[in-house]
Amino acid sequence: MRTLFYKNKPSIIMTSTVAGPKESEGSLGKFYDVKLSDDKYGEKSFEKAESKMLYTAIDNCINKSKKDISKIDSIISGDLLDQITSSTFAVRNFNTGFLGVYNACASFCESLSIGATMIDGGYMQNVICATSSHFSSAERQYRFPLELGSTRPPLAQWTVTGAGACMLSNSKSNPKIVCSTVGKIVDFGVTDANDMGAAMAPAGAETISTHFKETGLKPNDYDLIVSGDLGTFGSRILKDLLYEKGFDIEKQHVDCGELIYNISESEYQGGSGAGCSSLVFCSYLFDKLKKKELKRILLVATGALLSSTSSMQGESIPGIAHAVSVEC
Amino acid sequence: MKTKNQYINNNYLNYVKSVAPKTNEVRSLLRAFWVGGFICCLGQFFRIIIENNFELPPDMTAGYVSMIMIFLGSFLTGLGVYDRIGKYAGGGSIVPITGFANSVVSPAIEFKTEGYIYGVASKMFTIAGPIIVYGVASSVLVGLIYYIYYLVV
Repeated sequence: MRTLFYKNKPSIIMTSTVAGPKESEGSLGKFYDVKLSDDKYGEKSFEKAESKMLYTAIDNCINKSKKDISKIDSIISGDLLDQITSSTFAVRNFNTGFLGVYNACASFCESLSIGATMIDGGYMQNVICATSSHFSSAERQYRFPLELGSTRPPLAQWTVTGAGACMLSNSKSNPKIVCSTVGKIVDFGVTDANDMGAAMAPAGAETISTHFKETGLKPNDYDLIVSGDLGTFGSRILKDLLYEKGFDIEKQHVDCGELIYNISESEYQGGSGAGCSSLVFCSYLFDKLKKKELKRILLVATGALLSSTSSMQGESIPGIAHAVSVEC
Repeated sequence: MKTKNQYINNNYLNYVKSVAPKTNEVRSLLRAFWVGGFICCLGQFFRIIIENNFELPPDMTAGYVSMIMIFLGSFLTGLGVYDRIGKYAGGGSIVPITGFANSVVSPAIEFKTEGYIYGVASKMFTIAGPIIVYGVASSVLVGLIYYIYYLVV
């Protein structure tokens, strides 16, 4: 069994988000807590800016919950940079435990499921789960310099500049995490580093179908099935693959990457990055769950497990997806 | 441990290829043609001005024209304009010498945060480096062929 059922149903009590300038102009702009007008956030480098965004998101989340830092048992956080420095540099300011996670863009769901397990087991009372990403720092690490005059291929996605943090607690309030499905690494041999959607979609389909098989639920039982950052093209593949396996999710499916921007020419397939699912979940989806406009959702964040070295050595891109089921 | 080839799922890859959105080639070619052509006309324009106003030998004229074009490419990169031209024109703005200037200046700007030695100086040629290496290597090769040809004939 890869699905974990939580008996004590850990609740999500507070969220906080920080969004970059382009994201703030997007279709979910009004749901973000902090909207930046400067993508360097007053810092000298993009890496420092990303770390500060994550710090602000976590700090606001703690302040809004009116809990003292001593009540927070641990912060579980991840991002896309080498050795997850955005997370470690942000969390060094907090006097509490830290667990660093990396599953590329699936890190947010990974941190949620680890946090929920800690609380469900009674080991911790309050846990913060957070992730961040920054377009410019990711671009620096994985692709070309920003000012280089190159064209973006039509399958390219745009890394989200943003950070989202949410606090899990054993306080028995709504919304709560009911179960989560741990993902499996799936590799179908996609080698194009610009085509992340196609690399991640098989992993997403595998996790969702495993989730349905192990829980006995059907697509209709969910109000929304939210994928992390497959983009328009990856979403289409996901729906096709699941249809082949006998699950029709056409009506329930939305993609965070598709939601986040008013898709124009330069983003092509939509947003991606570790901050994509956390930004959408901690703002828009949390708001709808809190207001009970959504009853039950399945958040499936997908990640492409490549590095700039592995793709240069001609390796294929393995994908992973973790699913978290949230109810109110 | 399985190797990469054992993971390849050809059914899936063919399916992905069949549904993937394609680049509009005619549009890309037209854009590259007119922007690239415009940059070349600009170079020719400077050449004619120099030829008419200064009495310089032809190879010196070529050097001055290159210098002006490199300056323009670097200047537009610094202003953040060249990447927009590049996004529109593709190969049209990469192939001329202004594109070469852009490929040197853009990493130099980008890696300034890592310092002047390990940042700017060492990253400056990450994109232009291969062009220089294979440019020099192929010119040596062509030179050798040329030399041997005239030795024999």
